[in-house]
Amino acid sequence: MSMNRREYLKSLFLAPLSGSIITSSGKLSAATNINWTPLPKSFSYGRTEAEKQTDAELLAENYFRENELLTIAILCDIILPNDHPNGGALDAGLPDFVEFMVKDRDQYKLPVRGGIAWLDSYAIEIFGGNFINITEDQRLSICDEIAYPGVENSTLQPGISFFSLMRNFTMTGYYTTEQGFKDLGYMGNTPNVWDGVPEYVLQKHGMEYNAEWISKCVDQSRKEIIAEWDDDGNLTT
Amino acid sequence: MPQQEYDVIIVGSGAGGGMATHQLANAGLRVALMEAGDYYDPADEEQRTQLRYPWESPRRGASTLRRPFGDYNSCIGGWNLDGEPYTMKGNTDFMWWRGRMLGGRTNHWGRIALRFGPIDFKHRDIDGLGDNWPIGYDDIKPYYDKLDKLVGVYGSNEGLYNDPDGFFLPAPKPRLHELYYIEGAKKSGVPVYPARKSIITKRINNDRGVCFYCGQCSRACGIHADFSSSTVLIYPVLQGGQVDLYTNSMVREVTTDAEGLATGVSYVNKEENQEYQLKSRSVVLAASACSSARILLNSKSAQHENGLGNNSDYVGRYLHDSTGASRAAFLPDLMDRDIYNEDGVGGMHVYTPWWLQGEKLEFTRGYHLEIGGGMSMPSYGFGFAVNQYNEFLGKQVGGYGNQLRDDIRKFYGSRLSIACRGESIAQYHNRCELDPTVVDEWGIPVLRFDYHWTENEINQAKHMQDTMEELLTASGGVLLGDKPGADQDYGLTKPGEIIHEVGTTRMGTDPASSVTNAFGQLHDAKNVFIADGGPFVSQADKNPTWTILALAWRQSEYIIEQMMQRNL
Repeated sequence: MSMNRREYLKSLFLAPLSGSIITSSGKLSAATNINWTPLPKSFSYGRTEAEKQTDAELLAENYFRENELLTIAILCDIILPNDHPNGGALDAGLPDFVEFMVKDRDQYKLPVRGGIAWLDSYAIEIFGGNFINITEDQRLSICDEIAYPGVENSTLQPGISFFSLMRNFTMTGYYTTEQGFKDLGYMGNTPNVWDGVPEYVLQKHGMEYNAEWISKCVDQSRKEIIAEWDDDGNLTT
Repeated sequence: MPQQEYDVIIVGSGAGGGMATHQLANAGLRVALMEAGDYYDPADEEQRTQLRYPWESPRRGASTLRRPFGDYNSCIGGWNLDGEPYTMKGNTDFMWWRGRMLGGRTNHWGRIALRFGPIDFKHRDIDGLGDNWPIGYDDIKPYYDKLDKLVGVYGSNEGLYNDPDGFFLPAPKPRLHELYYIEGAKKSGVPVYPARKSIITKRINNDRGVCFYCGQCSRACGIHADFSSSTVLIYPVLQGGQVDLYTNSMVREVTTDAEGLATGVSYVNKEENQEYQLKSRSVVLAASACSSARILLNSKSAQHENGLGNNSDYVGRYLHDSTGASRAAFLPDLMDRDIYNEDGVGGMHVYTPWWLQGEKLEFTRGYHLEIGGGMSMPSYGFGFAVNQYNEFLGKQVGGYGNQLRDDIRKFYGSRLSIACRGESIAQYHNRCELDPTVVDEWGIPVLRFDYHWTENEINQAKHMQDTMEELLTASGGVLLGDKPGADQDYGLTKPGEIIHEVGTTRMGTDPASSVTNAFGQLHDAKNVFIADGGPFVSQADKNPTWTILALAWRQSEYIIEQMMQRNL
C-alpha cells in the first residue's frame, strides 16, 4: 500500500455536518484517522409525499455507532482506494451510502452490525485490538484472509460473507456516482439517436447488419416525417 | 362533490379505462373517470424520474415497497399496498401488482405490443383445452389496425399467420448482444424478428415526441414517445370539458336500481376518507381484471345476491397469468468491449415469437422469448459480485483494491439474458373471490386468491429452460446459475408475477358459463361493461395490453351505438 494512503488516513472526522470528531485514545494507531465526502442530506427525484416522508425519516436517523461507521469507512477505502484519478470510495461518500442502505433495508442491519463485531473479535484474537485499532498492515492481512469467497474455511466464513457484502456495497455505491460513471466510461442517460452498433465495433466482433433486417429499421434522417402507410401496412413516408 | 348524472362512469385509468375515456369523451359523452391513485405527469419536475442519474436518489434506484421495480420506476403501487391487503387460500402463492396513479400500470409496462393471432381466439379447436372466444381475429383486426396508427408500435411485417402484420413504425437496429443472439438462434434454427413495442421511433403526430433513446420507458416518457394511457389517451381529452377526473377515489361498488341496472358507483375519497356516490347511465369497469371482479362481487343487491354480473358464479374464475422463466449467460466475446451509448429504446430491439406451433410437445400453447443485456446505466446492484465471471477464466474471484476497477470494465455489458413468456390454460378452479372475513382500511371486503399451475404450465417451463440453455450456449454464452429442475417447477414464475392476469369476467355467448358478452357487456346488467383484461377467454403467449386496448375501443363504439339506439 502506498504512503499516500497512510498519510491520507490522518485527520479524523466523521461526516462534517454532524460536527462530531472522534478523538483518539492513546491506544489507537494513526490509521484510525479517516474522512470522507458527505452525501447530501436531502434529495429531489420525483417522490410522492409519502416517499418524501420516508426518505426524510431515514436520512435523519443515525443507525451506526461511531466505531462501526469508522470500520465501514476503513473497509470501503481498502476495497476502492482514493489514490486514483477518478477517486475512490471515500471521495464517493461510501460510508454515508452504506449507512443509508442499511437503514433502508432491514435485511442488511444484522449482517453489517454482526459482521463488524465478528471482524473486531477476529482482530482481537489475532492482533489484540479492534479492527480500527490495529495497524494498516494488520488490517490488510485480515482482509487477505476474508476477501476471497472461493476460499473454504468454515472458521472464517462469517468474515468472508461480510467482506463480500462490503465489496458489493462499495462497488455499487461508487459506480452509481459521477466519479464511478467516469471510471466506467458510461456514455448514456442522455437524449441521442440510436443508429446501430458503430461500424468499428461491428468489425472488431466480426458482425455485420443484414441488409434485409436493416430495411425494417428506422431511417433516422426521416424520423421527424409523420408516418403514413399504404393499405397493406407498408410505410410510405 | 356536485351531484350530477354522467353518461358513463369509467373506473380505472389504465389501458382499458384510458381508451374508453378517450373514445367516449371524443364522442361527446359526459364521462367521470375514477382513479384510486394520484394525478401523474411524467414531465412534471416534481414527479419526473426520467433521465435522472442514480446519485440523485439516496438509494441509487434500489427497489422500495412502493416501487418494487426500483425507485425510478414510474408505477406507483406494487405487490403490497398499505391498508389494502389480499389473502390466499391454502398453499396458493399469488402475486398481485396494483397501480395507484393516473395511467396505472401503463406507466411502466414493457410496451411489448403483440396482436393476438387467429389461433389465439380459437385454440380449443386445436387442442381441446380451455374455451374459444366468442369473437375471432377478423372481429378485432380493424381495431388493432386503428390502434397501431393512433398509438404507435414499432415492428415489422413478417407474414406470420399467428403473429399478424400491422401498421408498424420502423424498428430500432439491434444492439451488439442482440446480434450475438440472432447468430446463436440461427444456428439453432429459431427465428428472430424485430421486437414489437409501443414506442415512437418515427413521428406519429404533432402532439407526441419521437424517441430519444434513453432506454427508460419504465420511468414513463416526458415527451410521450411511449404509450402510457395517461399521456396518450387521457390528457388529450381532459381539456375538452367532457371528462371529470376523480383521483384518489376508490370505488367500493356499482349501485343498482330495482331492475338490477346500474345507477352509478359509490366510492371513497381517500383524502377526505369520505364516501360519495356518482350517478350515470352506464358504468365501465377497467380497474384491472381482479379489481373489477372485486367491485362486482362487492356490488350485492336484492337483484344481484351473488354480486353484480355473477348469476353464473363465474366472476373471478378463470383467472390466469402468463407463465414465465428466465436464464442468463456470460458472453466472453463481449469482454473488454468498446463503450458507447447503447441505451436504445426501453428494453429489447429483437424477439422470438412462438415458433413451434403444431409440433408434438409435452405441453400445448406457446411462449415467446424476450432478449436482454447490454451496457445499461448502473444503478443499485451494479457491481455486486463484481468479478464472479473470473471463475470462468480460471482467475480468482473476490479481492480488493484498484484491480476491481479493471474487473468491472472487463465484464461490463457482457451478459445476455432471455425471459420466456408463455400461455397458460385458464382453469375454472383458479380464481379470486371475496375473503369472507378480511376488509381493507375503508371496510371493503378484499380478494382471496386460489390459484395453482397445472402440468401443462410446468412442462412448458421445462421446455423454456431447455430452449434458453440451447440458445444462450449457441450465442457463445457461458450459462450462469443452475438450471432449475423439477423440484423448482423448472423456474416457473408464480401466478400473477408476470402481471398479465386476465380472465375473471370472461366473455361468451352463454350466460351460464360466462360473465360478459362479446362486447364486454355484463349478461346480467346491460349498462355495465368491463374494459380491462377480465373478459379475456385466454391470454395467448402475447402480452395483453394491445388486446385490452383494441377490445376497449371496439366496446366504446358499441356503447356509443347502443346509446344512440336508446338501448342504454
